[in-house]
Amino acid sequence: MFKWFVKWFHRFGSPPYFYRLAGLWLPWLTGLFTILVVAGLYGGLVLAPTDYQQGESYRIIFVHVPAAWMSMFIYMVMASCGIIILVWRMKLAEVVLSCAAPIGASFTFLALVTGSLWGKPMWGTYWVWDARLTSELILLFLYLGIMGLYGAIDDKRVAGRAVAILAIVGMVNIPIIHYSVEWWNSLHQGPTVTKFDKPSIVWSMLWPLLTMALAFKVYFVISLFQRVRAELLHRERNTRWVEELVKS
Amino acid sequence: MTPARKKRLSLIILMVVGVSVGVGFALKALNENIMFFFSPADIQAGKAPANKDFRVGGIVVEGTVARPGEGLTVEFVLTDNDSDVKVKYTGILPDLFREGQGIIANGRLNASGEFIAAEVLAKHDENYMPPEVMDAMKKSGQTMPSMSQGI
Repeated sequence: MFKWFVKWFHRFGSPPYFYRLAGLWLPWLTGLFTILVVAGLYGGLVLAPTDYQQGESYRIIFVHVPAAWMSMFIYMVMASCGIIILVWRMKLAEVVLSCAAPIGASFTFLALVTGSLWGKPMWGTYWVWDARLTSELILLFLYLGIMGLYGAIDDKRVAGRAVAILAIVGMVNIPIIHYSVEWWNSLHQGPTVTKFDKPSIVWSMLWPLLTMALAFKVYFVISLFQRVRAELLHRERNTRWVEELVKS
Repeated sequence: MTPARKKRLSLIILMVVGVSVGVGFALKALNENIMFFFSPADIQAGKAPANKDFRVGGIVVEGTVARPGEGLTVEFVLTDNDSDVKVKYTGILPDLFREGQGIIANGRLNASGEFIAAEVLAKHDENYMPPEVMDAMKKSGQTMPSMSQGI
């Protein structure tokens, strides 16, 4: 089993294999994303009941919370790539890390903006410097730092290793974001879904939320595959497999 | 895994542990500053700064919201189920402000121990449900897992 995994791991890391496989998956993923996002939005904006406390305004949760989850999820994907880069020196991991950063930064930005728009009517303010909001803003800066560092170094093998270290070091911020509302007093409320207790949200609101979270994950994979495919062609432009691909 | 890879992996683990410990100490040292608000019990214990703006968070005690005079001035008592503090505020309250709601006020204490707020923010809980479910729960005396904690 382990041997099989190691073999698959190395094969998956080969650029031509990944390029072909990602190309095969893309149409299916796009179809799946369309179904999920339509179902999630319909469930969230039409079927889900009004909230007892926040009225209709709470419906921004169906974008805000999945975006915030993605901002942390994508960072963990990048940190994992960082470990693979430093330990196995795998080229594909460098490409995935650099291609995932702008997507992660976009989701972080979306989470911050939707949170701000939600904060004004509910809390009475667009922004406060509480632990949750500040640590999420630091996450955005980490993403921007990774993008900047990768762009600043011309030798992409060196750049890959540099951003790998930054991505791994920045990983400490992820548990801080998650537990910020429990460790410190904050304006942001505690977790609704991501806790060991029963989620404090009724099922008719929870299923659209989870559907949207899944839709965002699939969207991330689609976006990542497209960016990685383009970057692979650019990086491997002098190899035979790209030459054959272009000729055929 | 080859010995070289094992070595690199252990170096990474060492780096992550080192950084985590460092950040952990830094956060511990800054704990007071990261706390967004003081509770009425903190004020009672004298932990809140004097002659300086700070935030106080608590639940608006039922039946204490009063509007003396014609203007926008409102008075209410905040509690953390331990200590109370009286708050005075002139201005527009957020929509979610009501008795029994968690709020955070920014301002300072006056000589008689009243909190003069310059800003009032509402802190809502993490529970989402339709009003019917809320009513049914109230009737049967049930609460959501963390509702009683409030703030």
